[in-house]
Amino acid sequence: MTSSLRFRAAVVSIVLFAAFLGIWHLATRSTGAVGNMSPEYAKLMGLTATQGKSAMPGPLDVGAKLWEHLRQPFYDNGPNDKGLGIQLGYSIARVGLGYFLAVIVAIPLGFLIGMSPLISKALDPFIQVLKPISPLAWMPLALYTIKDSSISAIFVIFICSVWPMLLNTAFGVAAVRKEWINVARTLEVGTVRRAFTVILPAAAPTILTGMRISIGIAWLVIVAAEMLVGGTGIGYFVWNEWNNLSITNVIIAILMIGIVGMLLDQILARFTRMVTFPE
Amino acid sequence: MSTFDNPFDPNRRLHAGGCSCGQHVSEAEHQAAQLQVQAAIESEQQRYEGVVASAVMRAMFPQDVARRAFLKSVRAATAAAALSQFFPLKTATEAFAAGGPLEKKDLKVGFIPITCATPIIMAAPMGFYAKNGLNVEVIKTAGWAVIRDKTINKEYDAAHMLSPMPLAITMGAGSNPIPYTMPAVENINGQAITLSIKHKDKRNPKDWKGFKFAVPFDYSMHNYLLRYYLAEHGIDPDADVQIRAVPPPEMVANLRADNIDGFLGPDPMNQRAVFDGAGFIHILTKDIWEGHPCCAFAASKEFVTSMPNTYGALLKSIIEATAYAHKAENRKEIAAAIAPANYLNQPPIVLEQILTGTFADGLGNIVQQPNRVDFDPFPWQSFAVWIMTQMKRWGQIKGDIDYAGIAAQVYLATDAAKLMKEAGLTPPAATTKSFSVMGKTFDPAKPEDYLASFKIRKAS
Repeated sequence: MTSSLRFRAAVVSIVLFAAFLGIWHLATRSTGAVGNMSPEYAKLMGLTATQGKSAMPGPLDVGAKLWEHLRQPFYDNGPNDKGLGIQLGYSIARVGLGYFLAVIVAIPLGFLIGMSPLISKALDPFIQVLKPISPLAWMPLALYTIKDSSISAIFVIFICSVWPMLLNTAFGVAAVRKEWINVARTLEVGTVRRAFTVILPAAAPTILTGMRISIGIAWLVIVAAEMLVGGTGIGYFVWNEWNNLSITNVIIAILMIGIVGMLLDQILARFTRMVTFPE
Repeated sequence: MSTFDNPFDPNRRLHAGGCSCGQHVSEAEHQAAQLQVQAAIESEQQRYEGVVASAVMRAMFPQDVARRAFLKSVRAATAAAALSQFFPLKTATEAFAAGGPLEKKDLKVGFIPITCATPIIMAAPMGFYAKNGLNVEVIKTAGWAVIRDKTINKEYDAAHMLSPMPLAITMGAGSNPIPYTMPAVENINGQAITLSIKHKDKRNPKDWKGFKFAVPFDYSMHNYLLRYYLAEHGIDPDADVQIRAVPPPEMVANLRADNIDGFLGPDPMNQRAVFDGAGFIHILTKDIWEGHPCCAFAASKEFVTSMPNTYGALLKSIIEATAYAHKAENRKEIAAAIAPANYLNQPPIVLEQILTGTFADGLGNIVQQPNRVDFDPFPWQSFAVWIMTQMKRWGQIKGDIDYAGIAAQVYLATDAAKLMKEAGLTPPAATTKSFSVMGKTFDPAKPEDYLASFKIRKAS
């Protein structure tokens, strides 16, 4: 029964996708020659002006261009022209570094906040003010004070991925069932050991949920950050292709950003399942 | 015995096994070290020779294909020997190296992907930087504010800027005041007013009330020229129309989406709007002010003073590239060199139309204007004075302004003149000149009178 459900769902997915491609193709078809132009004049004009080609590329254009990119994802023609694979690599490295720094800061701090009501109350106003600030609002400040654009981008990733992790860790730690802690206390388990053997396993699913939200946000932000600072990365790629008014490449970049974002999310989802336990 | 030996060290070797300089354990080791130093000096010389030889080679065979065919038939060593027969490579190398050692050879120069940056960009693929011993990376940058910040942060050693920007930065308008210099103008002319195709019957600016226009940056010639043009036609640019700062690529998209009615923008965006059938070219800016400056090559005062030789070599490359770009017969080749994704990332036919001046205007005509864009590096100080009058006219700067003083401090006309002479050009003897904008003569000696003569201006 389940396999048949899965099969039917797949069929519906494919039909929807095919319909989407079909409508897209029909909507962006060229309308044939427009106006009467002299041949010399037509030579100086683009396809949109001469053949009524839609400014929006069709699925076939995107497919052909995508194939071109996938055939050589790692070429490097100097500072301003690199393959899609290299651009994604830069973005993933930036996200990875900023996110790793956020993990180092957020999880111990979250633990502290969750275990100590005093620190929780004391830090709360700061967290509440800093949390809702849009990551990109930090960008000009970071550029101005850090004076290095690539470190600024990493800083922005750090500052935006730290809050969900911090709050979830604190919440997870604070919500560990009192009985378990009391049992540990009865058995005279020390604070450090209690943190590692009782609280950490109990809070792990919540902590990982926070980490999963954070990586999603980090990946959302990197594109905008790279558009601003430029140089390398998938965000720069989007900006550069937009500069060339190449909507085809912009669509391809959007597709790639979606796929990588999904992969990052899936990796953390798998970790979450690994540490989740039945009660 | 060396003075660098520590006499208080009880373990110091006392026997005479050391070398003559005392820094090596034995005479043999001393000699080996000497040889290494010698080799380093020699390789430096060889490198210079290599740079000069390749520059000569490039000059003789500007076409890659022809050069390769020649090299294939005779081998590189033979080719170099043959070249030295009729070109004194050794002498040229010495003359080239005499400029003093470069303080820094690997430089980063930022640019915005528009045709105004042509000399800065083409100097990389066409070998003008390498000829002067520099290894320059030209880096595409996301916008004028980013280019300003990255040069101030020293991520870039120098950059492509709009000619009013170094003045604005020096005076602290729109940023912290930092002494900036503009040793060369990149291009003159080269902009246009492009209108949406739906306005093709509204060619009289008096009909433009309520229009929405875009310019690339507040401190730009685009902004000042558009405002000037509108005001001369009786349209108050602050009250009757809306002018917004929009990045160039978004201009074409906004034009197509009917978000704006027109723009005064840099190329390739004007021609791209025509190419895509979204707009038409209403007027070239050369018809507003023939020979107006637009973009510039700029560096911080600190870079100029702390690395004079590097600065000299860089400026020389730019001036030579500008001189090369000035010649009409080179324009097609330049269009091909800067079209790839690494630089402007545009269809070559678009760039060719802009640089050769034979272009489709979007209304069905093929126009011939060989001066559509031109390249002339000389930073006339009167240009700076004119720009400051417009800054004051539109309320960007206020109060008394030392027009001539700031102009002389920022627009380094004497440096450009010296290097232009070295590059075989004839720079003008004066640093200011009078010119006319839309038929109205500008006297750089009387900026305040000029300013007072405008009816439409922001009340200050």
